[in-house]
Amino acid sequence: MVNTKVTLSGLTLDNPIIPASGTFGYGYEFAELYDINILGSFSFKGTTLEPRFGNPTPRIAETPMGMINAVGLQNPGIDKVISEELPKMRQVFHKPVVANISGFCIEEYVKCCEKIDKEDCVGIIEVNISCPNVHGGGMALGTDPQMAAEITRAVKAVTTKPVYIKLTPNVTNIVSIAKAVEEAGADGISLCNTFLGMRINLKTRKPIIANKMGGFSGPAVFPQALRLVYLVYEAVSIPIIGIGGVSSAEDVIEMMLAGATAVQVGAANLVDPFACKKIIEELPAVMEKYGITDLKEIIGGAH
Amino acid sequence: MKQLIFTINSNVKIAKDVYKMVLCGDCTDIKCGQFVNIQIDGLYLRRPISVCEVEGEELTLIYKVVGKGTEAMSRMLKGCELDVLTGLGNGYDLTVCGEKPLLIGGGVGVPPMYELCKQLVKEGKSVSVILGFNKAEEVFYSEEFKALGAQVFVATADGSMGTKGFVTDVMKDMTDYTYVYTCGPEPMLKAVYNMSTTSGQFSFEERMGCGFGACMGCSCKTKYGNKRICKEGPVLTKEEIIW
Repeated sequence: MVNTKVTLSGLTLDNPIIPASGTFGYGYEFAELYDINILGSFSFKGTTLEPRFGNPTPRIAETPMGMINAVGLQNPGIDKVISEELPKMRQVFHKPVVANISGFCIEEYVKCCEKIDKEDCVGIIEVNISCPNVHGGGMALGTDPQMAAEITRAVKAVTTKPVYIKLTPNVTNIVSIAKAVEEAGADGISLCNTFLGMRINLKTRKPIIANKMGGFSGPAVFPQALRLVYLVYEAVSIPIIGIGGVSSAEDVIEMMLAGATAVQVGAANLVDPFACKKIIEELPAVMEKYGITDLKEIIGGAH
Repeated sequence: MKQLIFTINSNVKIAKDVYKMVLCGDCTDIKCGQFVNIQIDGLYLRRPISVCEVEGEELTLIYKVVGKGTEAMSRMLKGCELDVLTGLGNGYDLTVCGEKPLLIGGGVGVPPMYELCKQLVKEGKSVSVILGFNKAEEVFYSEEFKALGAQVFVATADGSMGTKGFVTDVMKDMTDYTYVYTCGPEPMLKAVYNMSTTSGQFSFEERMGCGFGACMGCSCKTKYGNKRICKEGPVLTKEEIIW
């Protein structure tokens, strides 16, 4: 028997597999297909203080081995998420969930995090300072170490649960931002959000996505995300959730060897709704193949 | 929604750039007006294709070659297996259309009208169908609709078959219908929306990420709130559309 359990800031997960925010809704679509309680946890759809429709369509474009999205944080707003979505979510998912929170200024993050912190079903608050698809706020807040630290401190001051800061890869020096949020009190880092990208339609000669650019994800970005996790692992001592193109049990192990304590699976859920289930089921055999009996022992093993 | 393996029974060209693929597999979850989402080797995202007909274990899809995905589909051979998500979207509501429903399909919006027509005829409705195409060489299925027992009108933009003009050039002379079902390019849907004197159901198309409601890639605003074309759509009622 192999041990797939990992621990994030005191929260023990049965396995390190966490569907990424924005690819799993609040879980119900997937709960129709399989018992989602097999997941380590999942990160629910990015939530903001006010309801948001998001960007105009088209919001999606395909790339070789990946996709670009510019959804723009469509969500019903924190109050409706708490009053309507979470009660429904609890019926299909009984483990602590990762609450993904976004905003456009420090005050919004603070208000949202304060509210979500009171919810029993939330195990980790994942503060998204890296959304590439909104104007003003989002990623702009996550590209400056001082601003990232300021948000981290402000959120930590109003919360009791572990706070993970989700960083953008669209920066010159990821390490300086990771260190800044660690020093500001972050309990962990989610690394990373999508990479900026675009596609142009040859027939219309215009960008495919209405917002012109979007966040690039999928297997194509796995090596890039892996590199960032590797770099940040050497610089900080708080846990890292590795995110970016993870699509198989082998990818999970590779991401953990780079330094991730857990991983998030994003785009893969959209092309194969059973992707996380398959990864979880394959994981023990793949661990055995590579002589791993206790998964947590390989974290950072490549260093 | 189900994730299933289907086997290709046939895949043949039926008009300019238009192919008919018959798949064999578990069709129990498939309703008319819904779509399936097909995984294609070498391409990352699935390709959503509307359901043309369901008969026992046979699922018929009609698709137009418009890009890499449909081009790859057109080269697939009998016996090839496909990973397909079925039961996607809301489908048409057949219970509200009265006795004389009018079905209007434009281009690749024609296929979903076929299963709908079949079921409405079976229920004893007096069905009229308007099929719109650009030119005669693109026309398909007009005889198949007639064989179902529907009254069929064809419109072509260049006049090479049927009425010269758009579907609305046929529709404008029709007064004796109780409901409208339509699928086609958005300008056509809008023209039908403006001309129709009854209520109706309009099937929309949008670029999708997942096709089953997870990614919010295909959202639209309606009078009844935000809807996902892949989940609460693709069929919207006339009353909820914002135009």
